Amino acid sequence: MTPTQEFLQNLKQAPRHIRESMLRNGKMPETDRERSQSTFHNVFFHLQSVRVHRHSLRFAYTFGLGLILTASFVVLTLTGILLMVYYKPGAELAYDSVKDIHFVVPAGRFIRNIHRWGAHLMVLAVFLHMARVFYTGSYKRPREFNWLVGLALLALTLGLSFTGYLLPWDQLAFWAITIGANIASSPREVTDAIGITAWFDPGKLLKQLLLGANYVGQEALIRFYVLHVAVLPLALAALMGVHFWRVRKDGGLSRDETRPAPPARIGDRDVQVFAPNKTYGLMAVVRGRTPEVGRAPEGTVTSWPHLLWAEMAAFMFTIAVTLALSYFFDAPLKEMANPAIPENPAKAPWYFLGLQELVSYSAFMGGVGIPAIVLAGLGLIPYLDRDPRGVGVWFGGPAGRREFWQSLAFGLASVLALLAFTVNFGWLRAWYPTIPQIAIIIVNPATVIVAMYSAWSLWVLRRTGSIRLSAVALFTCFLAGFVVLTAMGSIFRGPNWQFYWWPSQWPTH
Amino acid sequence: MPDLSKRRDFLGLAALWSAVVAMGAALAGVMRLPKPAVLPGPLRIYKLGDPAQYPVGSATRLEAGGFFLLREDRGFHAISSVCTHLGCVVTHTEGEGFACPCHGSRFSTDGSVVGGPAPAGLPWLEIVLSPDGQLQVNAESQVPKGTRLRV
Repeated sequence: MTPTQEFLQNLKQAPRHIRESMLRNGKMPETDRERSQSTFHNVFFHLQSVRVHRHSLRFAYTFGLGLILTASFVVLTLTGILLMVYYKPGAELAYDSVKDIHFVVPAGRFIRNIHRWGAHLMVLAVFLHMARVFYTGSYKRPREFNWLVGLALLALTLGLSFTGYLLPWDQLAFWAITIGANIASSPREVTDAIGITAWFDPGKLLKQLLLGANYVGQEALIRFYVLHVAVLPLALAALMGVHFWRVRKDGGLSRDETRPAPPARIGDRDVQVFAPNKTYGLMAVVRGRTPEVGRAPEGTVTSWPHLLWAEMAAFMFTIAVTLALSYFFDAPLKEMANPAIPENPAKAPWYFLGLQELVSYSAFMGGVGIPAIVLAGLGLIPYLDRDPRGVGVWFGGPAGRREFWQSLAFGLASVLALLAFTVNFGWLRAWYPTIPQIAIIIVNPATVIVAMYSAWSLWVLRRTGSIRLSAVALFTCFLAGFVVLTAMGSIFRGPNWQFYWWPSQWPTH
Repeated sequence: MPDLSKRRDFLGLAALWSAVVAMGAALAGVMRLPKPAVLPGPLRIYKLGDPAQYPVGSATRLEAGGFFLLREDRGFHAISSVCTHLGCVVTHTEGEGFACPCHGSRFSTDGSVVGGPAPAGLPWLEIVLSPDGQLQVNAESQVPKGTRLRV
């Protein structure tokens, strides 16, 4: 073969060689061994284990919520980068640039809609995901820490929504952020009430850190922009990595390990495999439980293609939902921000309206105190409920299911009764105008509802003697309260935050 | 050699803790950056012209300044229009007082809270007659309730 012939032959075969060198496996897998290689020879797929438990793939167990969250994060990152091409973070420019994106930029309106509705989907999914993990007892040993990572991811998701909310610089954005920044400075309500603001003023520090000024302006916009496009997404991506890694290291998705495992699929046959009664030398090196050590492939199938199918389905679902919403509904854009006149009513996005209802009782308790109590309580759940039973079963069994329905009824009834009372009769300030503020900070509808829920949960603890059941009771009550308060703020509050049965009853102005 | 290993432990711990202290100091230094040394903002002293143009019994809303200028028999006073709850701008109704659109706080005609979540009344602002004969309100400076300017 002459050098010229060799050169021509190599040139002809170059596409095949490029493909072969890029994909380490080089072809579609046909045996289990090759399926395993397809998973761990690929930098993206090797995040996953080679084999996945059949239980983890059951739709009715996870509803694919974690995958939907990952998918919406990817969608939001991509559309966010596209929006950054045209968006200008200046107080004078921001509104016009968003308007350009909406009306002038090719596909700009569609991309912006996807970004907005994708964010709503992500917030909804993060709440549902937390509820799923809680009600299946998946926070229990050894998954306690991953529950904490999940809480941090919840906070970051809400932080991203909040910071993204200011960027269009329209009326809604401006006043939502004004309220948000003043909530950050609401510890001042307490320091004022006990008269130490002159020496100790954490509220002012928080507000200045957030806004870079005493009011919402250019400094606030650039800070929120940096948080939204750099700090929070990077933190979220890093913690997502930790979250996924812990899912694998803690033994995959939770399941009921007291029940016999279903057969494993090996090759093209279902085989009943039992865990070997054998200790591995590796145990001395690797501390704690790892998925492989001491475990046979009981109940598992290969990740390629079974897990990939599930992931593709979740991605397709996410994209289909955001595309459909974006096609039919435009992301809202109000008039340009006007610091002189607020919207009436000035409402945050739906997932913050429960909080807004709470701050309409007391800024500090509703905006800082109770969220902090709820976050701390959620974080402590896996460390207070250490009973290993009931993992991987919805509500931990029939008793938990019964407790769920009872607590749901109690949670709904009590918050509805309290709201009806407040709407009809007002609260302390309306009865005793000169009452000291500290009394309202301590006793207001928000703290009363937390006290009622806590009392119910303690009663469940005494009645059943089970920490797990009392945790179910408390979580369910808070869930009911969150839903009712969110509906209250979204639907039933009108101008001047007055109660109305329907927006059509709002007075025109 | 127990002595040598003790010295090693000591040196190791000293190195570790100096690294921790150095990192902490560096972090504290870096975190000073987001806390603004200067708070940018407009000068919030407003000249409002000849007192005679405001009739007795009038309430004038100064949008840019964020306050109401009121004139009664006893003189002028200025009441902030920024709600003490969460910073929305209140509206004024003659004879009734002020109402906040965001969370339903209500204030009487002199700015004290009569309902809703507001923790404190609307502050009264300093008002003087400037040397050129114009009314001048300093929106950064609060005065006790009832302080009026007689013209």
